[in-house]
This record gives sequence, structure tokens and C-alpha cells, in this order.
Amino acid sequence: MNMQPARSEFTGARDDGIAKGDVLLDVKNVSLAFGGVKAITDVSFDILKGEIRAIIGPNGAGKTSMLNVINGFYTPQQGTITYRGVPRHSMRTTDAARQGISRTFQNIALFRGMSTLDNIMTGRITLQKRNLFWQGLWWGPAEREEIEHRRAVEAIIDFLEIEHIRKVPVGRLPYGLQKRVELGRALAAEPSLLLLDEPMAGMNLEEKEDMSRFILDVNNQFGTTIALIEHDMGVVMDISDRIVVLDYGRKIGDGKPDEIAKNKDVIDAYLGVPHGEMDEEQQTA
Amino acid sequence: MAGHEPKLDTFPKYLLLNAERFGALPAMRHKDFGIWQSWSWKEQLEEVRALSIGLETLGVAHGERVAVVGANRPRLYWTIAALQCLGAVPVPVYADAVAEELAYVLDHAGVKFAVVQDQEQVDKILSFSEKIPNLGMIIYDEERGLGDYDHSRLISYANVQEAGRRQMEADRSAAARWEQNIRDASGDDISIMLYTSGTTGRSKGVVIGAAAAVQAAVDTAKFDHLNEHDSVLAYLPLAWVGDHYLNYAQGYVSGFCVNCPEGPETVTQDLREIGPTFYFAPPRVFEGLLTMVTIRMEDAGRIKKWLYNKYIGVARKYGEAILEGRPVPLSGRISYALGELFVYGPLKNTLGLSKVRVAYTAGEAIGEDLFSFFRSLGINLKQLYGQTEAFLYVTCQEDGAVRADAVGPAAPNVDVRISEDGEVQFKSPGMFSGYYLDDAKTAETMTEDGYVKTGDAGFFDKDGQLRIIDRAKDVGRLNTGALFSPKYVENVLKFFPNIKEAVAFGHDRDFCAVFINIDLTAVGNWAERNNISYASYQELASHPRVYEMIAAHVDDTNLKLSKEPMMAGAQIKRFLVLHKELDADDGELTRTQKVRRGFIGDRYGELIDALYDGSTEKYVETEVTYEDGRKGKLRATVKIADAKVYDVAAEPMREAAE
Repeated sequence: MNMQPARSEFTGARDDGIAKGDVLLDVKNVSLAFGGVKAITDVSFDILKGEIRAIIGPNGAGKTSMLNVINGFYTPQQGTITYRGVPRHSMRTTDAARQGISRTFQNIALFRGMSTLDNIMTGRITLQKRNLFWQGLWWGPAEREEIEHRRAVEAIIDFLEIEHIRKVPVGRLPYGLQKRVELGRALAAEPSLLLLDEPMAGMNLEEKEDMSRFILDVNNQFGTTIALIEHDMGVVMDISDRIVVLDYGRKIGDGKPDEIAKNKDVIDAYLGVPHGEMDEEQQTA
Repeated sequence: MAGHEPKLDTFPKYLLLNAERFGALPAMRHKDFGIWQSWSWKEQLEEVRALSIGLETLGVAHGERVAVVGANRPRLYWTIAALQCLGAVPVPVYADAVAEELAYVLDHAGVKFAVVQDQEQVDKILSFSEKIPNLGMIIYDEERGLGDYDHSRLISYANVQEAGRRQMEADRSAAARWEQNIRDASGDDISIMLYTSGTTGRSKGVVIGAAAAVQAAVDTAKFDHLNEHDSVLAYLPLAWVGDHYLNYAQGYVSGFCVNCPEGPETVTQDLREIGPTFYFAPPRVFEGLLTMVTIRMEDAGRIKKWLYNKYIGVARKYGEAILEGRPVPLSGRISYALGELFVYGPLKNTLGLSKVRVAYTAGEAIGEDLFSFFRSLGINLKQLYGQTEAFLYVTCQEDGAVRADAVGPAAPNVDVRISEDGEVQFKSPGMFSGYYLDDAKTAETMTEDGYVKTGDAGFFDKDGQLRIIDRAKDVGRLNTGALFSPKYVENVLKFFPNIKEAVAFGHDRDFCAVFINIDLTAVGNWAERNNISYASYQELASHPRVYEMIAAHVDDTNLKLSKEPMMAGAQIKRFLVLHKELDADDGELTRTQKVRRGFIGDRYGELIDALYDGSTEKYVETEVTYEDGRKGKLRATVKIADAKVYDVAAEPMREAAE
């Protein structure tokens, strides 16, 4: 019997030695092309430690490609990416994961037949220290380690309020909850940079509100730096600290939400209407 | 229990005693981070002591009223005890109350401190802080999201406990002094103030004295032989008298273990893991369980279906007799034993009811079939009748003398009588000492010779059990002179699984007419099996085939009513299926899910007129409140249907009309 609940050492985000407000990730003059198709052209921006950074743009603007560049899935032909002060040129996605970059996907990529608990547990894989031999033996160090990881997973389950679906196979869960489980799996790696690819796509208003609250809570509680792609402008304007706008692979805007809202290039790119009409619309709104 | 009954008059005195006599036995469990954390009586005493002394350093003093808002968490139960240890008065408030209701109670009770569960409650209180001028400090349990708040008026639960521990270290005699204060405390102190859920207007603060509360709890714990090896699942609203009485009060006097679920959505799973021995649930929970079992069995394979049907039949035949120890033929016993092996045992296990020794239901009438279904499985389900003003128990059924249509004889040491105009009145050890700051209402509720008026109409039947008909003020008459009890009609309707809620009208009108709310789970499942597609509750409710189905239920209801001489005159002539679910957020139900008939009458006045003016449909716009507090409008054309009325023999008709 214990006096206090067995709270784990789970802190939600690893200490990467970068102080809040300093540059965590710096993207400089990055260009990416697939054959003749230019996905990203000469884009530069930075992500500061502890902020929520949104990447927005119309369909095909290169947002997901940008995320894929950041987490090492694509290697840009030109430009440099500096993460935690270290420039990198080519890397594998597993290296990115080890360095504390984790992500969620536009189309949910969970193991549908596995329970919520097991799915989130897979997020701890890069943190497991024991090798195959010890894990095969199970008793001893591997067991102790597993208990520690389970504690961390339970802390995430508690945080995301998904206790009631702990043992439910995720394939049976409604879409909104699956998105939450995916966020949980990304959090399990205790990331210092969390990439969210359209975390609210296809959600109803209530689910969006819940998800926004969780994203803000993750940022607030764990100090996790978050980069997110999202189409719902209301959400983006409300929750992000700064926004990068891409259009046809180029950066057309960068700044605080209120600056972006006034940026004429951005308005053009999104609405494709002359500014006069837009102003009228804004007034009626 | 210990050999001799200790004579104590406050719950803190029991806290000290239990730490001594049941030291290592579990007093509290809580599922947190996926594991059942547990605290023994000794550890519970330490938790309460640290908190209590911490609260004292903040300035909580004797007689001070302190709000407690949140779900069933050990820390909130400890808060109640910690306050009682100081002679302060806990005022639990419903956690799902909207900010305005919460502010009203906090202001009315004049609280200076509030202990709350999380950010949600803190936000609610802060949003109305100008309406609660007395409130000083808010103590919160879960820190999440509160990091950036201005902490001049906020302090975490852990910090208060820490302050208490530091105080005990700094002043070695603090703990002893604290204990001495408990031992010196008087039974005349106020134990708790419980706000009624407000079936009729604003909620009132019911003041319960310490000695009275303890006496009532001791009586009923003895009645059901509760002891330190029992366990309960605390899932009912913390602010409701039922939870406070059944779990907290009885737990302290008998020493059983209170288990707090992980969250409201996990109650079913937690129930299964804990397997409580003492269980309380309102009839609608049992109804929900039976609906779930029935639906699942309809989807089961042929062998399972056959087994289920066969042995449920056996249980219906012999189950209750075996439970009550009545004679049953040997062949019946053998079949029942096989049924236990194949069906009842596994079923009870799935429902989390395998270990139940005593179960109660109360609050609403329960259907005969529903009630005997659970009893026939070997679950000792009984009924009680109670009120906040009585600190719960007024009547309760004894083992072996249980019926669905009555609520039992007077509970131990309770005196129940029926007034001349048919109202149930009682005098009990646990009865309240008055409504807080409302002497007029108190005087209105008490009779001159010290009985409490329940406001319920009822009578004792031939074997001495009380039968409740309806709220006394709701019992009315049709223009034909026939007796009309809305609740009676509604209850008959609600026993159909497809009908969730019904509201009957008829007083001072020509005939009885009803609003019906369909049950989305049951009707939704039926729709799925019958290939009926629907997009929303509203669409399903107005579907012609749903109307047909409900019409059949209304017809059965009328047939049943026609056989009851007292009620036959009030058969249903017209009905409609409401386009929205009745909801507490819209004020249509109380927080304990009881229909607020008056309010519904005003809100849907147009629809009621349509019921009586002969029209076949009516267009209405209804304002609804969403969960986040925003308002919207629901537009619908509601159909109104006629029902067949059965003939009644002339004789009883005249009787009823007298």
C-alpha cells in the first residue's frame, strides 16, 4: 500500500539544453523538388523553443513536404536545417525520432488491431534501453523497464483523458478519439519538437475544441514545442504563437496571427479575390 | 464489528476509532494511472489530519462553511472529513452545476473557502466571483492548466497538506491538540449542509446535525449488517445525499472500503474490477443494464441465445423463491444451479454484481419485470424511500420481504404516518434541523408536532409496506372528476425500454395527454435491425414507424390503466413524441434527472395546446443550450397522435369519480 499514487517520472518533454524562446529549429533557404516538380522553393523560417508554430497554405502548398523535410523523411536538394544548434544534411527518420522529433499524420497511422495502451506504448520504443536479448528473457531489467514505460503511458492516458478506452482496439474507436490516441503516441516519445499534420481534419466542433485544449495543454504543461499544419483558420489564429504561410512551395508570409490576418498576399492566396471585396466581407463579418 | 457498539456522535470520532480498530484494512481506493491505489484507515487518518491542520492554518474555523465541488475522489472525501474535524461545515455542490447555479449555492451558504477538483470548477467560480463576495480562498486538487493563474486566491490541495505537515513538525503538540478537539466536539455541531437538487425552484440548504447523522447511519448499517469487510463503488454525485449517506456516513460507522472510479466513463469497468458487496443504483441504471444485456443477447449466436432464454426462464420461475429461502422443488434447485453455472454467474460477473450482498434502488418507481429480473439472478435488490431532509432513509425493505410496487416499512427508529389528506410524513433520528437561512420554508415543511412533510402522496398497504403514488401536489383531477396522477401514468409508460421519459398532463383538463421521449439506445438499435435510417434524434423521433411503435406502447398502457380502478379514468387520449431529449442543461430535468413538470409545461405550452385543440401536427421552435453554454434553436413539426381508450366497468368508474 502506498501513500501517494505512483506518479511516474514522466515529464512529457526531454531536456534538450535549449532555453525557452531560443531557436530550436532553423530552416534556411530550403528547396525540395521531385524530378521537375518543385515542392518547396527557397523557404526559410525558424521555430523557437516553447512556441506553437503553425504552417498554413492552400492545398498543394508544400506544407506536408515541409514537415517531411523537418523529420528527415525527405532530404532537401538545397538549403540547411539546423536542429538544436547542429546543422544536418541528410538523415534518416529514425535519427529524427531519436533526437526528439515526433509526429502525427494527416491520415491516422495507428495499429488498428492493437489497443490504445499498446499503440501509445509503441511511442516509447526509441526510449527503450534493453536489447532484444533482455527483452526476450523478460524477467529482470527488461521487466522493470517496461513497468517504467507503462507508468509514462498511464500518465499520458490520464493527461488525454482516455482512460475508458485504454483496452479498446483503436480500429473500433471513433475518428476523434483515434486522433487523440495518435497524439498520445507522439507524446510518449517525450518529444522536444512535436509535428502535428492536420490534427483537426474531419472533426466536429466539439472534438476540435477538445483537441485545441489538449494541444495548448501539452505546450503549457510540458513546454513542448509544436509545429502544426491546420486548415481551420479559426483554430490556427486562436492557438498558434506564430504562423508561416506557404503557397506553391514559396513562403509568402511569416508572423503573429494578427499580422498574417492582415497580410494581403495571404488573403490573395487563400481567397483568390480582389482585396476590395475581401474588405467588404470582413466588415460584414 | 467490535464486540460492543461504540457510542460516538461525530464522524471524526469514528475516523480516530477506525484507525485504531481497523488500522491496516483498506478505507479508500482510487483507480489512478491504471492502478487501484489504496489507503488504509491509518493512512486515511494521516491524510485527513495533514489536510485538516493545513486548512486550520489557512483560517478555516469552527462553524465556517466550506464548499466542496468535484467528482468522487478520495481527496474530496478527505476534505469533508478534514472540515468536520475542525467543526467546519462541508457544503458539497454538484460538479456538473452550471456556473450560475454554483455561484448561487456558494453565495447562499456564505462560504469563505471552496475546495474544488480542477480547472473547470475554478473557472466557473472565478467567472461569478463578484456574486460571491464572501469567498476568499479556492483550494484545487488537480493542478493541470492552473499554472498561469493568479495565485493570490488559489492554493493547491498538496500545498495545504504540506502546510499542515510543516505545522505538525514545528509544533509537536499540534496533532495531539487536533485529536483532543475531535474528542471534545459536540454532537450538536452541524455535520453537513446538503443542497437539494431543486425539483421545485431554487435549491435549499438542508442542515444535518452530527449526532443525528451518525445515529441514522449506525441504524441502517446495522439493519443491513454492513461491516469493515464490505466495499462500495462511489460513483453517485458527491453532493447528493445518497452518495454522502451510503458511502461516506455508512463507511465511517461500519468501516467499509469506499472505491472511487477512474472517471465517470469507466464506472462499468471499475465496477467489474471491484465487485462491490453493497450497491446502490437508481432504477434507470438497472434499466440501462437490462437494455444492454437484451441488445447484446439479440446479437449473440444461436446456442448462447438458447442457453440464455432457457435459464432466464428458470430464474424467473425459481430465482426469487431461492433468494428468499422459500420452498423450491429439488429439480428446480438443480436447474437453477446449472443456470448459475452457465448464465447467471458469468452475467453477474460481467455486470460487476457477483459479490453484491445488499443492493438498493430508489428515487423512482421500478418496473416489476425489471426488478424481478435482477432478483431472480440472485442479487438481493431491495427498495428504499428517502429524502435529503431525512438524511436519506425513511423506509426500506427487509431481506425476504421485497416487492416491486412498494418501498417497505419504516426504517429502524423512524416513525412514518399518513396525514389526513394522504401525505407521507415522518420523524427520524437523522432528520434535518432546518433549511439554512430559510425559517419560513422550514416551518412550512414541519408539522406542529415535529414531523417532516415529504410532499409525497402514499398509503400503507395490507402488509405494512409504504406505497408512493406521486408528489402530493401533482395529484389532480380531470374535468370528468377522475383521479389523475401524472407520475403513475408516466411510470407505466417508462417501463417500456423504448420510452426514456414521459410527461403527462391532465389536471383540470378534459383528458390525459402525454409527451414522450424515446430512448435513443433502444430505439436506435431497433431502427438498425429494421433498416430504418436516421440522421438525428429529431429525425428518429418523428419517424412514422417509431410513432407506430410508441402507439402500441400507449395502447398497452391504457389497457393496464383500465384494470386499475383508481386510475382507469385517466387513460391517455392523445400523445406526441418530443423532438428533443429532455435535458438538465435546458432546465427540463433536475440534476438528478427528474422531470420538472411545471417548467416543461411553460416551455412547451404551444405543444400542450395542440394536444388539446385536436390538431394533428404543430410547428415549434425550441431554444436549446449546448454543452459549451452557447444557445441555439431547434425547429420541428411535431406530429400528434390519438390513442384508443379502453372501456371501464361502470362501477369502478363511479368510485373513481367520487
